[in-house]
This record gives sequence, C-alpha cells and structure tokens, in this order.
Amino acid sequence: MSSDYNLTRLADRRHRRSLFIRGLNVDLPLLAALLLLAAVGLIVLYSASAQNNDMLIRQIIRLGLGFTVLLVLAHIPPHHFERWTPWLYGLGVFLLLAVLVMGEIGKGAQRWLDLGVIRFQPSEIMKLAVPLMVAWYVAERPLPPAYKALLVASLILVVPTILIARQPDLGTALLVASSGIFVLLLAGVAWRWVFLVGAALAAVAPVLWYFLRDYQRQRVITFLNPENDPLGSGYHIIQSKIAIGSGGFYGKGWLNGTQAHLDFLPERSTDFIFAVLGEEFGLIGILVLLAIYLFIIARGLYIATQAQSTFTRLVAGSITLTFFVYVFVNIGMVTGLLPVVGVPLPLVSYGGTSLVTLMAAFGILMSIHTHRRLLSGS
Amino acid sequence: MTSNKGAAKYRGRRITLLGIMIVVAGGLVWRAVDLQILHKEFLQGQGDARHLRVVSIPAHRGMITDRHGEPLAISTPVDSIWANPQDLLAARGEWKQLAKALGVDRAWLKERLERNAAREFVYLKRHVQPELAEQVMALGIPGVSTQREYRRYYPAGEVAGHLLGFTNVDDAGQEGLELSFEQLLHGTPGSMRVVKDRLGRIVETVERINEPVPGRDLALSIDRRIQYIAYRELKAAVQANRAKSGSAVVLDVNTGEVLAMVNQPAFNPNNRESLRGDHYRNRAVTDLFEPGSTVKPFTVATALESGQYQPGTLIDTTPGTLRVGPNTIRDVHNYGLIDVTTLIAKSSNVGSGKLALALPPEQLWRKFAAVGLGAPSGGNVPGEALGSLPDYHRWYPIDRVTFSFGYGLSASTLQLARAYAALANGGVLKPVSLVPLTQAPAGERVMGGQVARQVVAMLEAATGDKGTGGAARVPGYRVAGKTGTVRKSAQGGYAEDSYLSLFAGLVPASDPRLAMVVMINDPRGDQFYGGAVAAPVFSRVMSGALRLLDVAPDDLPAFKAQTVAQAGAL
Repeated sequence: MSSDYNLTRLADRRHRRSLFIRGLNVDLPLLAALLLLAAVGLIVLYSASAQNNDMLIRQIIRLGLGFTVLLVLAHIPPHHFERWTPWLYGLGVFLLLAVLVMGEIGKGAQRWLDLGVIRFQPSEIMKLAVPLMVAWYVAERPLPPAYKALLVASLILVVPTILIARQPDLGTALLVASSGIFVLLLAGVAWRWVFLVGAALAAVAPVLWYFLRDYQRQRVITFLNPENDPLGSGYHIIQSKIAIGSGGFYGKGWLNGTQAHLDFLPERSTDFIFAVLGEEFGLIGILVLLAIYLFIIARGLYIATQAQSTFTRLVAGSITLTFFVYVFVNIGMVTGLLPVVGVPLPLVSYGGTSLVTLMAAFGILMSIHTHRRLLSGS
Repeated sequence: MTSNKGAAKYRGRRITLLGIMIVVAGGLVWRAVDLQILHKEFLQGQGDARHLRVVSIPAHRGMITDRHGEPLAISTPVDSIWANPQDLLAARGEWKQLAKALGVDRAWLKERLERNAAREFVYLKRHVQPELAEQVMALGIPGVSTQREYRRYYPAGEVAGHLLGFTNVDDAGQEGLELSFEQLLHGTPGSMRVVKDRLGRIVETVERINEPVPGRDLALSIDRRIQYIAYRELKAAVQANRAKSGSAVVLDVNTGEVLAMVNQPAFNPNNRESLRGDHYRNRAVTDLFEPGSTVKPFTVATALESGQYQPGTLIDTTPGTLRVGPNTIRDVHNYGLIDVTTLIAKSSNVGSGKLALALPPEQLWRKFAAVGLGAPSGGNVPGEALGSLPDYHRWYPIDRVTFSFGYGLSASTLQLARAYAALANGGVLKPVSLVPLTQAPAGERVMGGQVARQVVAMLEAATGDKGTGGAARVPGYRVAGKTGTVRKSAQGGYAEDSYLSLFAGLVPASDPRLAMVVMINDPRGDQFYGGAVAAPVFSRVMSGALRLLDVAPDDLPAFKAQTVAQAGAL
C-alpha cells in the first residue's frame, strides 16, 4: 500500500518535473551537452589563462549571460522570430553601414559600434540575421527555389558578407556567407548551381587576391608554408602544432602544458585554446571534446528533421551546420589544416560577443523544438 | 516536399551533408592522431628544443689570502643583465622604463639593440647588484634576462694590486698571480638542464648535469700587515721625494718567503676604469736597474774569500780618484787609507775598484752570479725579468772596476733582496717563494759562513755613526745594510742629474730574520742619496715588521746586559 503510494508520488514528482522542464521550453539533452561543454571549456581556460581567476569569473559571467539569452529565446515561439526576421536583418545592414561610415571617418578598421554603455559588433547580429532572412525569404516561396528567388536570396547573403569583409573581417564574413549558403543548400538548390558557384569562385580567386589586405594575403601564404617565417607569421601555427603533438595520447596533464605555460603558444586563451587542450589532455581530450561537439551537432540535426515548418527546419539546419563550421574551422586552423582566421572555439575560447550570439542561436534551436504542436498530420 | 520525389530528394541531400560532415570530422580526428601519435616524437622534440636549455653554472673562483688567511681577493656573486635584441626591439614601448632602471641612456640602449639586431644575446649591463637585477626583472620586459656571475673584489685594494693582478669581466686572470695561478684558482663551471619560457627566463631546473667545481683557495706568503706598512711608507717616500717610481721587497731570510712586495705608482684593482698600462707593472720584478753600491758587499765577500784580504786589511784610496786607462772613477770624499769595513761603511768606489783589480775577473763575476743577480729568483713570479751579467771575457780593466760597484749589470729589486737574504742566511741562497712554506728549502751555499758573517758585521758598521746608512737604523735592533745611489744610464752614457736611490739591508743583525730592499727611482726633491731617500723607508717598515713578527730586540741596554751576563756565566 505504502509502496503504491510511493510509486504514485514518484510518478507524480516525475510528471511535475517534466512539466517544469516543458515550461522552461528547453531541450534537455542539448542543454546538458552545452553545460558539459561550458564546464570543459572553463577547466581548459583555467589552465590556459595561467590560473587567472579574474578571467575565469568573467567567462562564467559571460556564460551566465549566454545561457540566460538561451533560456529567454527558447521561451519565445518560433513564429515570432519569423515575424522579426526582416526587421532584424534591416537593422543589421543599417548598423554595418554605420560602422563602415564611422570607420571611413576614423580611418582604419572598425568592427565595433560604441553605444556609450556597451560596444558590440554588428556582424554578430548578421550571424543570425542572414540565415534567418534567407530562410524567411525562400520559405515563402515554392521549393526548390526558382532562379529569381535564388538571385534575391543570394543578394540577401552577399550584401552583408561584402560589408563585413570590408571591415575587414574575413573570418566572420565567410561564416556569415556559409550560414546563408547552408539555408540554400537545405532548401534544395540544385547541386549544379553549387558547383557552378564554386567554379566561378575558383575563377575569380586570383581577382579576390587582389582585393585582399596585406595581412590577409600573408595569412594565406603562411598557411601554405608556415615554416617559411617561423619567427613571424608562421609562429602561431608552428607553436600550436608542437603543443598538440607533444601532448601525445594521454597529454601532459592539466596545468602541465609547457608550450602554453611557458608562453610559447600565442592566443592560448582565445583562438588557440584547442592547442592547450591537446597538449594537456592529449588525444583522449580531443576525442572527448569532439564527441561533445558531435553530440550537439547530431542533436541539432535531429531537431531540424523534427521541425514542423519550412522556415524552422531551414533555420535549425543552418544553425547546426554553421556551428559545425565554427568547430571545424577553429580546430582546422589550430591544427594547421586551414589558414589562420580569427574564429573562436565555440563555448571554450575566452571571449564574449560570439558566445552570446551562439547561445542565442541555440535558444532559437530549442524554441523550434519545444514549440512543436504535438498533433500529427497538420 | 509535398511529393514523394521531393522527400526522397531531401533525404538524399541530408545524407550527402551528413556524409560531408562525417568526412570532415574524420579528417579532424585523423589530424589529431597524425600530430599526437605519428608525429609525437618529432613535435615533442621541437617543444623541448624551445624550452629545454642547458645552461652553465658558474664556478666560484678560489680566494687569495695572505699567509694568515686574511682575504686579498674574493669573488662575490653578482648578476649580469642581458637581452635578446629580437624580442626587446619589438617591445619599444618598454625601453624608457628599462633604461631608467638600468641607469643608462635610452639612446644608448636603442643603439646597442639596433647594432645587434641580428643576434639573440647582448649584454645590457654586467655585474650589477642582485637587488638591481631583481628590480629590472620585476618589470617583466620581454627579452630581458639575467645571469649569475662572480665579480672579483680586492679588499687590500692598491696595496696588493701589483702582486695579485686582476681578472677580466669573465672572471679569468689577466695579470699577476691571478694569471699565473689561473689553473688553480678558476673552477670548472657546472651545467644544468632548465626549462625556460619564451622570454628566456628560467622557470625550473630539470636536472643538474655537472656540479660546478669551485676553484681552490690560494694562500700567499705575503703578510698583509707588513705589505700594508711597506706600501704606505714607499708611497710616502715616493711622494715626498717627487720620485718617478719605486719598489720594495721584504723577504724572510730563513725560508725565502716574500712577506711584502710593493710598488709605486699603484692602481686599484677594484676600479680599473682609468688604468694606465705603466701603473699595473709589478716593478719589483719587472724593472731592471744597475744596483750600484748595493753590490759592494759581494765584491768584498769575493775579496775575503780570496784570502788576500781581511776585514782589517788597509787599502789606500788617496786621492779619492782612480785612473783606469782613459777613465777616472771618484769617491765623494778622499777617504785616505781605510780598512775593508770602512770601504763598505763609506761606500768607497776607489777602494772597491782596487779590490776588483786585485781579483781575477772571473771570481767577481761568479760571485755575483752565485748570489742570484741577473738570474731567476726561483719563485715562479709572474712577469719576472732576469737582468744580465755581462760576460767577463770581454771586460776591459775599467769594466772590472765599475762592475765591482754595481755598474754594467742589471738586476731587479727582488733579486737584490734575495742576494741580501743569502748574506743574512750565512751564505746560503734560497729560492724566493710567494706561497707560504711549511719547511725552509735547503738552498745552496754561495759563500762561506764566516765570510757572510764578516760582511754582515761590515754592513752593520755601514748603518753606524760613520756609515752612509744611518737613516736605516731601527730603535732596539741592530741593522745591517748598504746604501746605493746610482746614476741612471741614459742614451750614450749616464745622466747628469737623474739617480736611483737604493737601500738593501737585514735585521736584526745579530741573527737576521728579514731582508729588505728599497728602490726609489729618480727622486726630484732636495735629496737623492740612497741613505737619505731609501734608508728611512727601510727603517720605518722594518720597525713595524719586527714588532709585528714579535722579533726579540737585540739592541736594548737590558738585552745587552743579559747577553753579557750569559757570556760571563759561560
């Protein structure tokens, strides 16, 4: 009798707990993976920052802010995002132009908009606004998109890309462009178009080279041959390869990475934090980190497949694929597979703005998943 | 996606994208395996090459002390600040701060860095106090490092400067005993493997490969107290007589140990910024001169040993000149008919010349050579000059004569002191020694003991009331000694008004313990006679030294009474 009662109590408690979680509108597996990733990130950051408690606390505050944004956005039903998309996109383009004009006046690179109280990079808005806008545009029209729709969609993603590239911030520009391209790919653009554009890009690459800034060219040259200038521009990549390689299978142990702690590894709290992980935790650490990332990506793709409207499905898919690109570009860069472009390792690198943008994207992803109508065949 | 065909198409697309992602993720995993498993050894080696360094641990240079263990040269740890110009050139903003901390000009720093821009090592400042080095390192400027070194300090300063010499900034002996005992004094640096950070700072020591072997300490025969008195008195005399230079040597006559060796002008080995080459010469051994009248005792000794002369044998020096062929030699006064003792006491050149003419030239030459004039002193003294005795086969009669009173040969202050020590020692010549001896060396008999004692008695008379060396007397002690006033040789002959003032002597005359030679070069004051310029230095130094060595006085009334009583008892 009492066991029956207890069972009822237990079931009841479970029920109430699931109701609470449902009320939060979060996707529990995704949230758990993100929290785990953040925890791993803090552990590595503690070592990478030479046990700097101030940096650790600031990063915890940022993570708190990021998870708050995630929870808030997860609470908002996706159709609201759909409604806000054109406005967000318009605001983003306007701010990019503003930054560009101020940059012209200030004679130099300008990425930040100083609003007196806070400073932020409008290009961060575009990381979300571009995929949202492209999805918003193609979702209204028959799929796969017709030529005209494709042309307009291309324009939607090319304009901010060029504006960001002019800042100049090549890394972000490429990420923004790819987030838009993923939407188009998921919307069913014929592969021949993909190949055509790819071929066209390859053809104009030499022309693009002409438009690149000196330091951007240098990065490409360095990527192709880092040993060319070991004390100069090749330094980052050589040091990070040494750090990762010398970690071996088991790593040197937490706080024991010589490359990192003896100051050889540059940018070790930010863009090159992956090298610290590789040195201190070895191949095992890298595999664990990759497993967490792949779980998040898999969950994101699952959410995309379960999405109930074209818009949400495209957005979910694009967010997940872009996240994958973040991870791949950063690790590829740190391990010397890709040129050095300033892309942080999501949730692990020290830094604020991109973290908040990322959490906002995951908030949208969760919103898409938790606001499904449970009736089938709608 | 309304049609089946559409749905299939989208599934195909999903699979394609998924496939691409799997391939890319696989690529990352492969890259990690590639770096961490396949290239692990190489990359670890590269990492080690960047932070593991073998650095040398400087060895402590041995201390030099006097015979009683008082330090004369010691090494103390200091730091040298150096920079990697390539790193420091990049940190241009820090230069001002660094220059201020180092106490140098920013422009100098800039110039030094730019001139060495291609190098990875340049000293910024050597031998600074460890506290200053700490302050500079606390600034945390990239490319600035320190290294531990030793700096040599000489507590006795200029008093022992000539003898000790000095080391260079790398702690290697350059002059004097620092150089000649380099093998003994310098240690063997050790080495250790350390972890250095990117700025070149040592973070931790991994292992000590070789421990540094410190250099051995070197004790000298020098008595710092006598050295100090000798230095003080020589310096005072050189200044008072406005002389060009001077030297003095004190020997222990029983052992040949050098108790003091001083020179003027001197230098301070602790501060060699304004050092002049002629100031660091150890003149007592490097500078040769004609010893003049100070060799007359050896002429007399030769005469006594020949059997033709006794201390009381009379020699006629009238009229105070002696013609030898076309040359004439002179005495200061006409001494008339004098005995050999008076010859020494008055320092008669004519008498000495007559002795020389009565003796075979070879005997005279052999005696001078036997007492070590113009020969190595046997003490392995750095920079020693030998001097020369001209070959007697080619002598004209005048050469025999002048040789007998110290012209036509050359010797150093140390050689002269050694020769007098042999006289004092009853005719046994011993090698000089710069290190303390536990046992007196046997030495070599160079004249009969009786003759030596007779000559010492004559030398005692030379410091008596009738002698030239009265100024050399020491209260309470009987002093034996000989003055010398030498005309300096100049081009084509001898200078008219340029002299060398000498005094060579021994105390106490009853049982000599110390021999000392004072040489003062080119006095420009009112006095130039050895008896007036050099003898007082002898007196003051010996007075101090005898007291310091606690030598029993042999010229006190009570002492005399006692010896008389003892003689009576016998």
